[in-house]
Amino acid sequence: MAKGVRPRVKVPKSASAGDVITIKCLISHKMESGQRKDKDGNKIPRSIINNFTCTFNGETVIDVKMEPAISTNPYFEFDAKVPESGEFKFVWNDDDGSVYEETKAIEAA
Amino acid sequence: MKFKALTAIAALIVAPGLAMADPDDDTMIINGEVEMITKTAVPEHMSDTAVSELMSGWHFRSDETQALQMDDFDNPGMIFVDEGMAQWETVEGTEGNSCASCHEDPSSMKGVRAVYPKWNEDAGEVRTLAMQINACRTENMGAEPYKYTGGEMANMEALIALQSRGMPINVAIDGPVADVWEQGKELYYTRTGQLELSCANCHEDNYGNMIRADHLSQGQINGFPTYRLKNAKLNTVHARFKGCVRDTRAETFKPGGPEFTALELYVASRGNGLSVEGPSVRN
Amino acid sequence: MEFTRRETLAVGAAAVVATALPLPALASTDDAIAAFTGGADVADGGVDLDAPEIAENGNTVPIEVGAEGAVSIMVLAAGNPTPGVATFNFGPMAGATRAKTRIRLAGTQDVVAVAKMADGSFAKTSKTVKVTIGGCGG
Repeated sequence: MAKGVRPRVKVPKSASAGDVITIKCLISHKMESGQRKDKDGNKIPRSIINNFTCTFNGETVIDVKMEPAISTNPYFEFDAKVPESGEFKFVWNDDDGSVYEETKAIEAA
Repeated sequence: MKFKALTAIAALIVAPGLAMADPDDDTMIINGEVEMITKTAVPEHMSDTAVSELMSGWHFRSDETQALQMDDFDNPGMIFVDEGMAQWETVEGTEGNSCASCHEDPSSMKGVRAVYPKWNEDAGEVRTLAMQINACRTENMGAEPYKYTGGEMANMEALIALQSRGMPINVAIDGPVADVWEQGKELYYTRTGQLELSCANCHEDNYGNMIRADHLSQGQINGFPTYRLKNAKLNTVHARFKGCVRDTRAETFKPGGPEFTALELYVASRGNGLSVEGPSVRN
Repeated sequence: MEFTRRETLAVGAAAVVATALPLPALASTDDAIAAFTGGADVADGGVDLDAPEIAENGNTVPIEVGAEGAVSIMVLAAGNPTPGVATFNFGPMAGATRAKTRIRLAGTQDVVAVAKMADGSFAKTSKTVKVTIGGCGG
């Protein structure tokens, strides 16, 4: 696992059933592009998060294929439907095989 | 290096005439709730300078960058506050203590960032916040000190700064710190490096002008530690000082050393009255 | 670091060659679009692409893409060493077919957003973002 990876997710705690809500996600990650060189002129190997998904009760909200041009500490903002109470699950996939996960429950009245 | 030095000097001379980069008049309200003091009257000790009003570096940034600081979720610096919180609660060292063992919730640190650097009577020295954090670690926790400008130090400074967010910077400049403050002032006005630039040449004489494609600010440190888009991490005051002095093409002072400690006290006092912003967002 | 006249000419000539050679990047942008569309026609416009006219720092450039009726939107940076940035695939629980992120731009260049619509058609919008060099530290 890359060092110091920490996800942050912002989801409202409640909504009315049928609402569309805005979700923001940030994760601390260097997103080493593979383009940079170290002090000795050697290429620093690519090491990025290459995919991000958000699902609600198992159904996809958004699935993002990420390339090295995504900035350090990747940030996403998007909208999701909330037809019922349930759980958002967020998954980030690292080049090194690590998987970072976060979940947030939401009450739909 | 004649070629590059001349280019750099030409940029300094030509740019102000070509493009003014006046700071804007926007208002910083964080999370739609906390209104920050980003412009204020100059403190008494600066009355003989050309600075007519104190301005946070935030005013010199683009709308996009400004927006990042106005929402705690958009601000990437806040992720390092979370890291700092984890450090706060982690027991380290021989004494079996974490920060929380003595200080409980970090909210106990409210007001601290606003008054540092300050005199420490027991130690008989001026201490920066970073020095105090490391004194706590070595003396009360029996733990290794953080690297002075390292990531863990920046995280902890961000956590502590956040507790004072919005409070006006109010560092003392008289009494036991007076000598160190004078030393810092002298450093501020001393030209260094092949470019022979003092802090004042850029940040007092030329704030609001362009240096190449960038806006020169007043060099305020009320927003530190600051998340820079340039390196996508939190940056500490002494790391920034080091970068600035290096850019004058001088041998820099050591982060955590007496010169930068004096300079930090003096530069902090030039922001007396501006809100604590840390962790701020800059370019 | 003083340049002789000959070196200066060489630098100048190299610069001319360099400016005449954005072709590989452009070609790979076209390749990336072709791979995304399968060679189908791409309509101009119809995709919202919000990006600053001037980015304060190329390391962190905020952008927003959106297209009504899109199932996925691919973002490319035509002037980067590799043009791929991200592909947003919207699922059944997406509340709107739009997203914001922050991207890296190696210099002033066009950012391109290509949307695949639910009916299988494609649309494309591009926007030039100027990336400024820094201050004294570069």
